[in-house]
Amino acid sequence: MIVEIKALTKVYEGKQRVVAVDGIDLEVQQGEIFGLLGPNGAGKTTTIGICTTRTLPTSGTVRIAGIDVVGHAAEARKLIGVVPQYNTLDRSLTIFENLYFHCRYFGFSHGQAKERSEGLLAQFLLTERKDATPSQLSGGLAQRVQIARAIAHRPLVLFLDEPSAGLDPQSRIAMWSAVQELRKEGITVVLTTHYMEEADELSDRVGIVDHGRMLALGSPQKLKDTFGAETMIDLKLRHVEGAETVAVEVRGLDGVKSAEPTAEGLRVFATNADGLLPAVIQASVRLGLRDIAITEPSLETVFIHLTGRDLRE
Amino acid sequence: MSNNERAGLERNQGGLDHKRTMFLKAFWGLYLRDLRVLSREVMPFLLRVGMQPLLFLFVFTFIMPRMSGGNPMAAAGGATFGAVLLPGLMAVAIMFSGIAAVALPLSTEFGITREIDDRVMCPVPVWAVAVEKISFSALQSIVAALLVIPMAIWIPATPVYPHIQNWLLLALVLVMSSLLAGALGLAIGSIVPPKNIGLIFSIIVVPITFLGCVYYPWAGLSRIPWLQIAVLFNPIVYISEGLRAAVTPGVEHMPVWAILLALTFFLVLLGRFGIRGFLKRVIS
Ligand SMILES: Nc1ncnc2c1ncn2[C@@H]1O[C@H](COP(=O)(O)OP(=O)(O)OP(=O)(O)O)[C@@H](O)[C@H]1O
Ligand SMILES: [Mg+2]
Repeated sequence: MIVEIKALTKVYEGKQRVVAVDGIDLEVQQGEIFGLLGPNGAGKTTTIGICTTRTLPTSGTVRIAGIDVVGHAAEARKLIGVVPQYNTLDRSLTIFENLYFHCRYFGFSHGQAKERSEGLLAQFLLTERKDATPSQLSGGLAQRVQIARAIAHRPLVLFLDEPSAGLDPQSRIAMWSAVQELRKEGITVVLTTHYMEEADELSDRVGIVDHGRMLALGSPQKLKDTFGAETMIDLKLRHVEGAETVAVEVRGLDGVKSAEPTAEGLRVFATNADGLLPAVIQASVRLGLRDIAITEPSLETVFIHLTGRDLRE
Repeated sequence: MSNNERAGLERNQGGLDHKRTMFLKAFWGLYLRDLRVLSREVMPFLLRVGMQPLLFLFVFTFIMPRMSGGNPMAAAGGATFGAVLLPGLMAVAIMFSGIAAVALPLSTEFGITREIDDRVMCPVPVWAVAVEKISFSALQSIVAALLVIPMAIWIPATPVYPHIQNWLLLALVLVMSSLLAGALGLAIGSIVPPKNIGLIFSIIVVPITFLGCVYYPWAGLSRIPWLQIAVLFNPIVYISEGLRAAVTPGVEHMPVWAILLALTFFLVLLGRFGIRGFLKRVIS
C-alpha cells in the first residue's frame, strides 16, 4: 500500500472552529491514479496537505509506503512529489534551474542533477524554454514545469492539487496525457479536482468528499452503477408553487425513480429518459415550463444523489 | 522482538549515516541555490551593502574635516571619531545586510508567490531550511562588514586603520554578529506581514541602529544612565561593542566576556523566535 490514511481528522481552531477533515479512511495502491472529487471547501487541499507533511493532522495517521508523515516527515518527503494548487515555481531561477536545484535538494550530484533536468525538459517538451523565467510562462507551461519538478527526484507517489484549475481546455488535455504518461513510469498519482469530467477521465478510482467526509469510493463506473445510474431531468418552472402536485403526478410515471421540487422547479431522476420526456413535459407545462436540462448518468449525478447539491453550488 | 520491530531497528541503525548525508546534501543544495541567486545580482548586492558606509565615511571623515571652521560633530569625536565610526559602520552593514538578505525576500516568498514551498519540501526537517536562511545571510553580512575596512582606509581625509590584535576574537564576533543579524531578519520576515515590512524598517530597524551604540561607544553614555541601561536590551549594541573590542581595541568598550555572553543570549533568543515564526508560516 503506497498511501494509507486512517481515521484522519483536521480541526482548525480559531475564532470560527472549522472541521476541515472529518474521519477520512483511504488506501491507494501502487500504480493507481486516484481522484479526490469534491466541491469547494470539502477538505481536499487539507487532506493533501497532511499527506505531504505541510499540515499537521488533529488525529489519525497517514503512511506513505509505511512511513509516518508526522513522525518521519523528512523521509516521507523523499517518497512524494507535490504540485500545489498555486504556482510555486522559484521566480529567482530559470526553468532549468528550478529542476536542477530541486534535484540538488534531494541529494543529486551536479552531473546527475543536470542530466535529470535535461531529460525532464525533453520529456515535457520544455527544452526551448529552459532559460525562461517562471513569470514568462503561460499557465499551462508553468503547470508542466511544476509536474516535471515534482517528479524530478523520482518519488513513488505524486500529489496533484487541482491540477487543471485555471488552465485552458487545450492545456488541460495536455496535462491529462502527461499524468497518464506517469503511470508508465510506475508513479502512483493522487489528484484532487472539482471537475467531474476530470475525475471520470483520469482516475482508476474516485473518492467523493464533502464536508471532510468520504461519501463514496470506487471506480467511476462502479460509482455510477451504484449511486447514479439514473438520468437527471431538471425542469425550470414559472410557477414553482404547484411543483409538488406535478411531482406527485410524475412519480406515477413508468421509469421515474424520484421527483422532488427544487427552488426553481422540479428535479426528476429516471432510469430511462427517452420515452418519459413527453409525459414529464406535459405534466409540467401548465406551470409554465421555461427550461429543461437533461444530465446523463455521470459522477455529477452521483454527487447530487449523494449530497442533494450540485458540485458547483 | 517481532520481525517487524527488528527490521525497523536495523533500518534506523543503518539509516543514521544515510540520514546525515541526506541532510548535508540537501542543506548544501539550498546553499548553492542561494549562491546562484546572489551571483545574478552582485552589483545590486554591493550597492546595497556599500552605499551607506561609503556615504557616511565620505560626509563625516572626508567633507567635514575640510569644512571651514571645522565641524562640531567631528570635532566632538576628536581624532578618534574615525576609529569610533569604523566598527559602528561594520555593525550597521551586518545588520542591514541581514535584514535585506532574509526579511525582505522571505516576506515575498511567503506572500502570494509561495516560492518557499519547494525548499520547504526538501528532505530535511523544516527548521533546517530556516537555519540555512540564517547562515547564508550571515555569509553576506560578513562580506558586507569586511568591505567597510578598505573603505575606511581609502575614503577619510586621515585614513582609519583597524588595529586587530586578536584575530580569533574578530572571527568570533563577526560570525556571531552575522548569525544574529540573520536571526533577526528571519524573525522579522516570518512574523511581519509583507505589507508592513516598510513600516517595520522605520519603527524597529532604524531606531535600534541609531540607539545601537553605532556612532558612539557605550561607555560614552555614562552621563545619561537611563539610556545606558535601556540600550542593553538592544542586540545591536553588542555587535558594535564586539567589533570595537576586536577592530579598534583602543576605543573604550564593554568587557569581552559580557559581549560574547550577550551575543550568545540574543542569538539563541532571536534564533528560536525566528525559527518558530518560520515553522508557523509553512506548517498549518
Ligand atoms: N489554515 C486554515 N485555517 C482555518 N481554516 C482553514 C484553513 N485552511 C482551510 N481551512 C478551511 O477548511 C475547509 C477545507 O478547506 P480545503 O482548502 O481543504 O478545501 P478544498 O476541498 O481544497 O476546497 P477548494 O476546492 O476550494 O480548494 C474550508 O472550510 C476552509 O475554509
Ligand atoms: Mg483546495
